[in-house]
Amino acid sequence: MFEFINTLLIGITSGAIYSLMALALVLVWRSTRVVNFAQAGQALASTYFGFEAMKHIDNFWIALLIAMIGGAILAAFIEMVFMRLLLKHTSSGAIASVAPIIATLGLLEVIRALITLKWGGADVLIKAPLSNTGFSIGTHTLVFSPMKLAIIAVVVFLLSILSILFQKTNIGLSLRASAFSPELARLAGIRVDLVRTFGWALSGATGAVAGMLLVVNGNGSLSPASIEFSLLLISGFIAAVVGGLDSLLGTVIGGMILGLSTAFVLMYISDSLFFIAPFIILLLALIIRPQGILGKKGGRRA
Amino acid sequence: MFTKTQLLEAKDVNVTFGGLQALTNVNIAVNSHEVVGLIGPNGAGKTTLFNAICGIVTPDSGELSLHGSSSKWPATNQLASLGIARTLQGVGLFPDLTVRENVMIGAHKFARTGLISASLGLNFRDEQALEERTHIALERVYASGLADRIAGTLSYPDAKRVGIARALVSNPEILLLDEPAGGLGAHDIEWLNRLISDLSGEMSVLIVEHHMDVVMSVCDRIYVLNFGQVISQGTPEFVRNDPAVITAYLGADAQ
Repeated sequence: MFEFINTLLIGITSGAIYSLMALALVLVWRSTRVVNFAQAGQALASTYFGFEAMKHIDNFWIALLIAMIGGAILAAFIEMVFMRLLLKHTSSGAIASVAPIIATLGLLEVIRALITLKWGGADVLIKAPLSNTGFSIGTHTLVFSPMKLAIIAVVVFLLSILSILFQKTNIGLSLRASAFSPELARLAGIRVDLVRTFGWALSGATGAVAGMLLVVNGNGSLSPASIEFSLLLISGFIAAVVGGLDSLLGTVIGGMILGLSTAFVLMYISDSLFFIAPFIILLLALIIRPQGILGKKGGRRA
Repeated sequence: MFTKTQLLEAKDVNVTFGGLQALTNVNIAVNSHEVVGLIGPNGAGKTTLFNAICGIVTPDSGELSLHGSSSKWPATNQLASLGIARTLQGVGLFPDLTVRENVMIGAHKFARTGLISASLGLNFRDEQALEERTHIALERVYASGLADRIAGTLSYPDAKRVGIARALVSNPEILLLDEPAGGLGAHDIEWLNRLISDLSGEMSVLIVEHHMDVVMSVCDRIYVLNFGQVISQGTPEFVRNDPAVITAYLGADAQ
């Protein structure tokens, strides 16, 4: 029972971080139909922005905010300067479906290289603002710690804000309308280009939070070659696909399914499955519910 | 009964697609409070002309004036602020959004708040004003009971009503209706006729329509297009009796 609760809480914590990454990917997918591999690089760069901020003001939460702003600006820059040109010049033919993927993969490596130039290749540390020592119940000590609790709280807070933004505000409506049908949206007077940039900026900020939380959920170390960030990208993709690439709720459910099942597989089957478990879930999801966990049958939405 | 001033004029419009000349030296004008019809056989260029006015198609040449002064061909997203609204052939709604959201999108130009305050949720009053406009537009087409339905689940005639509501919600001076009667039954067509006549008290209407009863009963003036050229124009009676039109198009349908 004790072990079960422990595993559950760990799964929820990683699931929360995967959800954020998945959401960052879904935001870009929905606004521009681009599968953005560079998201891992953007999250990494944003986390370095946070690290830099921590050097000047020793407060993780302010650093988190700065990382979000930095991530948003970086993403908006990439969309406006790079993606717009790319999509314009590769809008037809066989290259149209491949170009964005190759380009964002290239961009990922460029960002990694720039980070190495600026901050070097060695590990740097971001100090967790709260204790990573687990809560105690009687004589038992959980792996679940105040830091992990805070991570879940931050994710819940952010998701609530995003959910209100999407469902209750005019800008959210513009985002959804532009994703469904850019032509119709333009006819209604929506500046679709601007809305797309905003979608990318939101995605950049969300990815920045995922990156910062990932680091303090682990041992606090950060490096340009970080395997954790590559895994975060893969987990984000898998969670997004399981969630159906479409809704906020689906994405969160996707992240949770991935986080929980990975945690339980590691605990109860074998920790040698660490790298394989997510892919097994991906394959199962694609075979059983290719339209996503909440998706309707009948293919992609317009 | 109204002083007529010219709201929209397109002069010498030429559009080609590849090698095909879709519009050749087309001239049309719409005056205030006027219902103007655009008819012609399939492929005559009616929708192309609409698309040129809406910035979806860029003309090779031609001039546009709005309110009597010459204007650039607008970008699609500027139409609403220029006082032009358009419905689309068929349904043209966002199928996954609710009816209320579909209509509210049309009121976009009234949303004054910027991205920042919108993201912080500071614009509740703004949202309320938009809701109010949306409600009024839906009442106008007798569809306020549908507000919470998902647009994709509506019947075809209901969806067309909602499409008109979305155009009306921006308070246009010129309403472009692209085949509003297409696919409607007699009862809905009667309703549509009445709505268009009512609307002409508040705005000008430019209408592309195949349904002759609708065109002949609501329009003040009609332009007839054939092979991308205006072959006749005038009152419904004039057009109906114009030999050029009868030969080209109306012959089979007229009587």
